[in-house]
Amino acid sequence: MTDGTADPGFVSETEEAEATEEAEAAEEATVTLRVWRGDAAGGDLVDYTLPANEGEVVLDVVHRIQATLAPDLACRWNCKAGKCGSCSSEINGKPGLMCMTRVDELPEGPITVTPMRTFPILRDLVTDVSFNYEVAKRVPAFAPLPAGPEGYRMQQVDVERGQEFRKCIECFLCQDVCHVIRDHEDNKQHYAGPRFFIRLAELEMHPLDTNDRRELVRQRMGIGLCNITKCCTEVCPEHIKITDNAIIPLKERVVDSSYDPVAWLGRKILGRHKRTAEEAAAAAPH
Amino acid sequence: MTTFDNPTVTPVAIGGTRGGPDAPTLRQDRWWVQPLVTVTALTAFVVYSAWAVFVNKDYYVGVAMHRDLISPFYSPCIAASCVPGARGTAVVAGWWHITPALIVMGGPLGFRLTCYYYRRAYYRGFWQSPPNCAVADGHRRYTGESRFPLILQNIHRYFFFIGLLFNVILTIDAVMAFRMPGAGGIGFSAGTLVLCVNAVLLWLYSLSCHAARHLCGGGVRKFSAHPIRHRVWRVLTPLNAHHMQLAWASLLFVAFADLYVRLVASGVITDPKLF
Ligand code: SF4
Ligand code: SF4
Ligand code: FES
Ligand code: FES
Repeated sequence: MTDGTADPGFVSETEEAEATEEAEAAEEATVTLRVWRGDAAGGDLVDYTLPANEGEVVLDVVHRIQATLAPDLACRWNCKAGKCGSCSSEINGKPGLMCMTRVDELPEGPITVTPMRTFPILRDLVTDVSFNYEVAKRVPAFAPLPAGPEGYRMQQVDVERGQEFRKCIECFLCQDVCHVIRDHEDNKQHYAGPRFFIRLAELEMHPLDTNDRRELVRQRMGIGLCNITKCCTEVCPEHIKITDNAIIPLKERVVDSSYDPVAWLGRKILGRHKRTAEEAAAAAPH
Repeated sequence: MTTFDNPTVTPVAIGGTRGGPDAPTLRQDRWWVQPLVTVTALTAFVVYSAWAVFVNKDYYVGVAMHRDLISPFYSPCIAASCVPGARGTAVVAGWWHITPALIVMGGPLGFRLTCYYYRRAYYRGFWQSPPNCAVADGHRRYTGESRFPLILQNIHRYFFFIGLLFNVILTIDAVMAFRMPGAGGIGFSAGTLVLCVNAVLLWLYSLSCHAARHLCGGGVRKFSAHPIRHRVWRVLTPLNAHHMQLAWASLLFVAFADLYVRLVASGVITDPKLF
């Protein structure tokens, strides 16, 4: 692991001769990234100092480090536009997208960049997010009724309802920040996490879907583990109101199916059946 | 080297070693301010209201001062121990002889304790679970709201209905505050204003409740099949977005309304008649 210090001599001698105050200021301005370098065997924070460029985001600086000081620095990225969800990391301890975090909006001093804490490390800033793909396989797929003679028809209000949830870019920052699994690894066995609560909420609010996933959400997806502290909502780069619009509505649906004595009585009288977790899970790809 | 002919499959790893430094948090901002403010404000409220409930005096401004103002902590006053005039039409608990505020405080207290917003506030502030985002949980084991006793939070919707009952009563109190017995019959004083604002804030807080939003229409799968419920849901949704602000505003104002009535009743200030 090298402690790289940049060569600040990017200002040519002729420019220096002009020596305007502006140039002097530019010459002095540097940016230091304190990047976690390492793998499963261990690692450490390493400082990289580079000349500062105006208007840069953290990912730009990481790219310049790769190009100049540490070609072996591993990071994931793809779109540089906040739309692919690849460059998730923790910047000054806060989960965020490197491509959407401007350097000039961070406080003075070294900027700490570390990998997402909740997932196993592969190398440097790259983590193994397969936990999320495993959960995804356990989410029962959309189960519509057979189409009528006109095919499927939906009203605009019903179409609009799920749109917010479809903005998800699967950056998994919400999964990363959620203390249920961030601080308690053992909960990963029975917890879906905010990203999948929005998926489940979208399905439960879908007018054409027929699967009743409430028991599944209660017993196997761990909705009761979420204590609605809203960190997922705070970090979501798509500004999805995860807690208010997905998690709490799911919790209320679970209250309907399991904790509301009046609803229970109603089901008994009307002879309505609620789907067991097994029945609901049968529609999952995994 | 990985090629298309020889792909190495990423092994699925649940568990495994985590990256990054082993620190409770790497946040450098003042993340502790938010939980500290919550704890301070809620503690101050609890201390003040406990005192107000147990002093058992100065909670009613009656005919002697040409007013009809009752502190929201003591309404409805249904115990035998209520001061004359403060008592509602019925003494329900004739056998109750200690502070009358204690009988009725269970409703609003349960409503606020099981409220989704207050849950968030005290889980973060008091229980440190988590103290703030990306700051380590203060506890080693964690079962959230999936076990007794926290599983009882799920009865919040019933407290919502109890809360509505109190809103009706406190609205009646606000209407009664227009009475100026012995001073022209009807009028509007600063005390009237305080009780009116209090009632309005309590209604706004209750109507922005998440359980209300679910019950009124959020629980349906198909909005187009329930146009009226969808309408109501659309009215409550923007209110719900401000639930946190309304929770604080109504909480602080209830305490203020009690304080105001108390100051007038004890003669520290006089309640000015505005018109
Ligand atoms: S609100 Fe629930 S799901 Fe979101 S971060 Fe908090 S505990 Fe996790
Ligand atoms: S819900 Fe938001 S934070 Fe979570 S994965 Fe989707 S875009 Fe990312
Ligand atoms: S690179 Fe695509 S979201 Fe940052
Ligand atoms: S959620 Fe706060 S009062 Fe119901």
